[in-house]
Amino acid sequence: MTQFTHLYKFAAPAAFYPLAGRLVPWFWGLTALFGGIGLWLGLAVAPTDFQQGEGYRIIFVHVGASWMSMFIYVVMAFWAAIGLAFNTRLSGMMTAALAPTGALFTFLSLWTGALWGKPMWGAWWVWDARLTSELILLFLYIGFIALTRAIDDPRRADRAGAVLALVGVVNIPIIYFSVKWWSTLHQGASVSLAKSPSMATIMLWGMLFCALAMWMYAIAVSLIRVRGIILERERHTDWVKALLLKPEKS
Amino acid sequence: MKARHQRLLLIAAALVALGLIAFFVFSALNANMAFFYSPADVKAGKAPQNKLFRIGGLVEAGSLTWQADGVTVSFVVTDMLERVPVHYKGILPDLFSEGKGVVAQGHLNDDGVFVAQEVLAKHDENYMPPEAAQALQKAHEEGVTRGQRAEDGGQ
Repeated sequence: MTQFTHLYKFAAPAAFYPLAGRLVPWFWGLTALFGGIGLWLGLAVAPTDFQQGEGYRIIFVHVGASWMSMFIYVVMAFWAAIGLAFNTRLSGMMTAALAPTGALFTFLSLWTGALWGKPMWGAWWVWDARLTSELILLFLYIGFIALTRAIDDPRRADRAGAVLALVGVVNIPIIYFSVKWWSTLHQGASVSLAKSPSMATIMLWGMLFCALAMWMYAIAVSLIRVRGIILERERHTDWVKALLLKPEKS
Repeated sequence: MKARHQRLLLIAAALVALGLIAFFVFSALNANMAFFYSPADVKAGKAPQNKLFRIGGLVEAGSLTWQADGVTVSFVVTDMLERVPVHYKGILPDLFSEGKGVVAQGHLNDDGVFVAQEVLAKHDENYMPPEAAQALQKAHEEGVTRGQRAEDGGQ
């Protein structure tokens, strides 16, 4: 219980702002570390593929970006639910801070998928269930950003955005299981909890490190963004005024 | 019950309801969610008549033949249950080969031949170096011959 109350205090924007500031450099460091290892394994160490030759190496960007596109949305939906249920101020700021990064990864997933699809499948784009549901995810992110930006009152914007984020979360299992439930051009998952990975080990490690790097990057930029949002929304409070008058290192 | 717990329950209930709605909608749409029909579907008359559709399966080993013009090909798509002959004039993707996945868009002509306008390669989710693939292939062949020998011995 004591740990919980300890964590609780960071739900206050004034307490979370300096904490986020201290965490950011660490996540940048981890991004560089994991990204370096991942790209080295993926581009220099991993062997060529028996079917796709060197072309398969786009997997080191594509899979991580696709995982993050789905995962960030789930995290957004989590904060949206917390915000709606407990009326916490920070939740809405978290949701808003995550959305642009989620949209970026979704775009990256679709874009690298197109670049991969053309040489391997023979088409930039097909309307199969996997590709279409991922495109809907991009529209959900853009819709969330547009909706929350269109409402002036931040608390009302948070609530409207939270409802959209929660409704849209039903799309996530559809994306993930689309290749199982329906016949698609997109192949099934190489890595899942249900079976051992159908990839050579060194390729798998490269992919996992690249995905970890993207995860750390997502945390770093979201923390930076949430700091900006906190300052903007709390600009009339005493602690922000004090911070601006007497700039500290945090 | 506190108000915030009530709201949390309400959100959970709404999500469950939403999931159910999505489940029923997609169950109803099931036939339209498929990107392609299998040869068995086509033989069973499930594929649309006189309309474009896609057929997907494996290119049957040994079925690929090239016409003299070098761009017209014939092959058989199979799902190990039924076989559908396909006729196509155009450029094939690099990954197209016998024994591998394929998805073709076109229509069935009166002779039961699928005339394709577009042929896409469908690859699987396995990634490995060529040496590993060869080793697997070899092990598979040895397994097959060993299995046959066992069958012969049993007779």
